[in-house]
Amino acid sequence: MVAYIAVAAVLFALGLFGVLTRRNIIGILMSLELMFNAVIINFVAFNKFVWPGEMIGQLFSLFIIVVAAAEAVVGLAIVLLLYRNWQDISNDNINVMKW
Amino acid sequence: MNPQLPIVNVLETLRLMSPEIFLFIWALVVITVDLFSSRKNDSLVGYTALVGIVIAGGLLAVTGEGVAFGAMFINDPLAIFFKIIFLGAAFMAVGSSFGITKQKVQNHRGEFYGLILFSTVGMMFLASSQELVSLYIGLELTTIPLFVLAAFYKDDKLSVESGIKYFVIGAFSSAMLLYGFSFLYGMSGTTKLLQMSVNIASIHLSYQSIGFTILIANVCILAGIGFKLALPPFHQWAPDVYEGAPTPIAAFLSVGSKAAGLVAFAKIFLIGLWGFIGVEMKPNDWGVLVGILSAVAMIIGNVVAIRQTDIKRMLAYSSIAQAGYIMIGMLALNEHGISSVAFYTFVYLFANMGAFAAVTVFEDKTGSTEIGNYKGLSQTSPFFAVVLSIFMLSLAGIPPLGGFMAKYKVFAAAIDQATMPGTFKWLYWLVGVGLLTSVFSLYYYVNVIKQMYFTKEASIYTMTFNKPVLIVLIICLVGVFVTGIYPEPILDFTDKIYTAFSFSVLK
Repeated sequence: MVAYIAVAAVLFALGLFGVLTRRNIIGILMSLELMFNAVIINFVAFNKFVWPGEMIGQLFSLFIIVVAAAEAVVGLAIVLLLYRNWQDISNDNINVMKW
Repeated sequence: MNPQLPIVNVLETLRLMSPEIFLFIWALVVITVDLFSSRKNDSLVGYTALVGIVIAGGLLAVTGEGVAFGAMFINDPLAIFFKIIFLGAAFMAVGSSFGITKQKVQNHRGEFYGLILFSTVGMMFLASSQELVSLYIGLELTTIPLFVLAAFYKDDKLSVESGIKYFVIGAFSSAMLLYGFSFLYGMSGTTKLLQMSVNIASIHLSYQSIGFTILIANVCILAGIGFKLALPPFHQWAPDVYEGAPTPIAAFLSVGSKAAGLVAFAKIFLIGLWGFIGVEMKPNDWGVLVGILSAVAMIIGNVVAIRQTDIKRMLAYSSIAQAGYIMIGMLALNEHGISSVAFYTFVYLFANMGAFAAVTVFEDKTGSTEIGNYKGLSQTSPFFAVVLSIFMLSLAGIPPLGGFMAKYKVFAAAIDQATMPGTFKWLYWLVGVGLLTSVFSLYYYVNVIKQMYFTKEASIYTMTFNKPVLIVLIICLVGVFVTGIYPEPILDFTDKIYTAFSFSVLK
């Protein structure tokens, strides 16, 4: 069980690192998917090894998959808009507003 | 086997959920009406949306309290009160966007209003959820339409940029939140919040080492909700998104989305993790952390707002500061605290939505959001100047208005708890920071009034109002005065909210 949680933690950390350092928006989206996948592994592992019986964890992970897909659709649509406006999807250039 | 029982349950569920179900269907109706309405009569769609929100509010009043889906969906005073706030925010966002749609979003009014309604449905589900899965779904149903709405001006670079920023931050925060949820589930084996508080308490008694896991879960969830509330250090997105997004959407974000974050915070920390707090008798484990965050929120929000020249960015920093004040009430961890949070949010709804509605009117007329362009407005449009000044004074917390009453309630709740024996002495410091930063906040709120009143030359603009915006402004004006002068009926209602929580454990 510890192995699963460790893998999930590593995946989550990789995703976190990717979100914070990636320059390309598509790269950020992929890193976000990594984070969601880490959460899903966590839920399924906890369900299987700690709380067998009720399938709450697996149910939750199904919901996460669905919602993450919906989120990715909206995200990619906005990325498309970005490309139309800037001809570029690197977040170095997309920074009109500053405090 | 009794075949009648399930049917009764289904009917009960349908009855309790009727406002949400109705609003969801009505959002589809709004989109359909847009297809069939002629382009000339383009306020029809907006009026349809407004009527739907009013009917949903009526249904909410009729439904009353109750529990459905095995305590996953619950209509208690907390849920009902916040649903009223969400519906009010949606009403004012739709009402103040009539003018703006005519100029910029002519061909997509249906989607615009429909998405606002979908987002409201998500908030209402969130307020009623008593369980992690439905809480998560509600939160996502709230934010995903808002991503689209923030990027609604497709050819405007600012709007698209604010959309992508909000999207990345929103998805990131929900991933953090879920990682925390996964540990909560791993420790307690349930996703029902009430059950969870009991399970975590009993497990913590037998395995002390679980405290570290709880810490990880707390930090992840706090980061996730901190992004939604725009608490520093998770606030950087707010000014950019508010500036770029359509103004009514910025208003909806600042009130609706923030109130949703508050409800989620209250549900997770004050219900789900309450058992842990009760056993340890140390509610300040995360309390001090959140206290520091809210103090930083008040300082950063109020100080940075001073040097803003764009009124939308100024209001964004002001909303960061207001979130800090609201969290003081949350941290008081008693009955007065939670009802003062609800009351503060209620007042904030009127003052902030009103201010944003006025800003929308100005932006529709002039295309500008610079504070400097407001100068001399008192001579050409006295009504506009008076109304905006009153909202600014209410946000700053000047006595006869609602903002003062709200701040007083929040601070009083915190002081009340600080005087009790225990580990709550740090609340004095928090209230001190709150009082001090309120004084700073006067500067930038009054600056707007100064621009409008104390300049020699008259403004070159004259404000005109269409009917819905006028209604919204008048509702907000009445709300700000009523909550300030005669708040008793609302306070009577908010005093019932603590029934959702079990604060008595601490006594």
